[in-house]
Amino acid sequence: MFKFLKTKSTLAGFKLSFGYTVFYLALIVLIPLSMLFIKTSSIGWQEFWEVTTSPRTIAAYKLSFGTSLIAGLVNVVFGFNIAWVLVRYQFPGKKIIDAFVDFPFALPTAVTGIALTALYSQNGWVGQYLYQLGIKSAYSPLGITLALIFIGLPFVVRTIEPVLQELDGELEDAASSLGASRWQIFAKVLFPNVLPALVTGFTLAFARSIGEYGSVIFISGNMPGKTEIAPLLIMTKLEQYDYAGAASIAVVMLIISFFLLSFTNLLQWYYSRKIGLN
Amino acid sequence: MSAPNEKIWIQRILISIALLYLVLFIFLPLTVIFYSALSKGFAAYFKSFDDPYAIAAIKLTLFTAFISVPLNVVFGVAASWAIAKFDFWGKNLLTTLIDLPLSVSPVISGLIFVLMFGAQGVFGPWLQEHDIKIIFAPPAIILATIFITFPMVARELIPVMKAQGNEEEEAATTLGASGFQTFWRVTLPNIKWGLLYGVILCNARAMGEFGAVSVVSGHIRGQTNTLPLHIEILYNEYNFVAAFAAATLLAMLALITLLLKTLVEYKYRAELKAANKTEVFA
Repeated sequence: MFKFLKTKSTLAGFKLSFGYTVFYLALIVLIPLSMLFIKTSSIGWQEFWEVTTSPRTIAAYKLSFGTSLIAGLVNVVFGFNIAWVLVRYQFPGKKIIDAFVDFPFALPTAVTGIALTALYSQNGWVGQYLYQLGIKSAYSPLGITLALIFIGLPFVVRTIEPVLQELDGELEDAASSLGASRWQIFAKVLFPNVLPALVTGFTLAFARSIGEYGSVIFISGNMPGKTEIAPLLIMTKLEQYDYAGAASIAVVMLIISFFLLSFTNLLQWYYSRKIGLN
Repeated sequence: MSAPNEKIWIQRILISIALLYLVLFIFLPLTVIFYSALSKGFAAYFKSFDDPYAIAAIKLTLFTAFISVPLNVVFGVAASWAIAKFDFWGKNLLTTLIDLPLSVSPVISGLIFVLMFGAQGVFGPWLQEHDIKIIFAPPAIILATIFITFPMVARELIPVMKAQGNEEEEAATTLGASGFQTFWRVTLPNIKWGLLYGVILCNARAMGEFGAVSVVSGHIRGQTNTLPLHIEILYNEYNFVAAFAAATLLAMLALITLLLKTLVEYKYRAELKAANKTEVFA
């Protein structure tokens, strides 16, 4: 039965490894995920529509997408700066700092959540100054954005770094010998080459941010309609035993993530093809 | 690469901005964890671990990782062997599906197991009849953790195995080695750093997972509380010293992970590079 699947290779173990991969994938990922669609389809369109377009749900989506968008944009700017500095310049402690860029990946989200809340709340090391300026940096959309900036940073830096490393000096030297100024070289030679990586990094950070839970709920304040993110709303529905409602909101989020993922894959495919042609 | 062309003062400004950003978003949060944990002195810090609930939470966290990491290692090896060593129809789809858990919100990752095994779930009534507890019990915590960390070993191994090519294994097979011997003696030594790299990342995530576990755990103290959930409960009870003390354990886990990752990454890149070179020459 597997014969039509396999070509090439005289190695052993295809049936076993392929069979086990598909079996385990189905058991752990596909069957559980299909439950979302089974549960959602049990309630009919009208109820699905009512749940996913209720003012509270819409407010949660808006908040999740809005804060993720801003956090992603902030990270694109500063992540680019960090990647640039790490790839191009020499300064003491560079290697350690480079390793610490992955810290948000490694730190459990609950710990991130309480640490950021301690920093940015009214009595916090940073928060006390911001509150004096009238900036509410915790229990507000700004607080949520700060948490999303923290978790999104490595996605942006780690996507840009390899691209910057690949750009050797040749292009720049050529542009410079033709009389381009430093700024012109950046804007017309370097930036267009880095742009696809910026977009990919942004999309990865954005996709992670809209689903983020642990690092956000401590600093967000969780007020329905105001600082309640979409994943928290799913949690609330579950606690009220509204399984179908929770599943409906989850399905909408999954579909959006799927489109984002396809978009980055398409972009990477397009970009690698473009490089291949060159 | 040629020397950077920017003037030295521009370089300094850019470096300063980058460092300031990293201090604000990485080093200050790290410092505040240890500072808050020790704010009432070392005695209070160590006393907060003298708590049966804290010990139970640490044990459950270790146990969860102990079960879920090896399972994902076995899967990762099987999946990367099939994907990297053979050509078959639907390979790209399979790779995309394996990565799927990474793009699912942690809350949704927990929700799907509630929909499956919860009281109103698909298998709920049957489980109740047979008196099997999955949701609000360790099995669901382990399942959710396996789901969350599902692709983490496979996605590190696939590129290394692909880059290694099949020549060495084919030579071993021609010389009469069994499939298992080939894997153990030829493949494994070539991929060991990639495997270790995957295990380190997988373990860190397994021990630190919060959202997915939070949905399925039921937060029963001493029974279904993992360390991250224990931190949440302490924090919500305004027991800040104990909450941050527990958090220092996970922060140290993160620091050790970073250290190991940096060390292994070096070897792992060399492994990838060495493999790529042979492919070019082949």
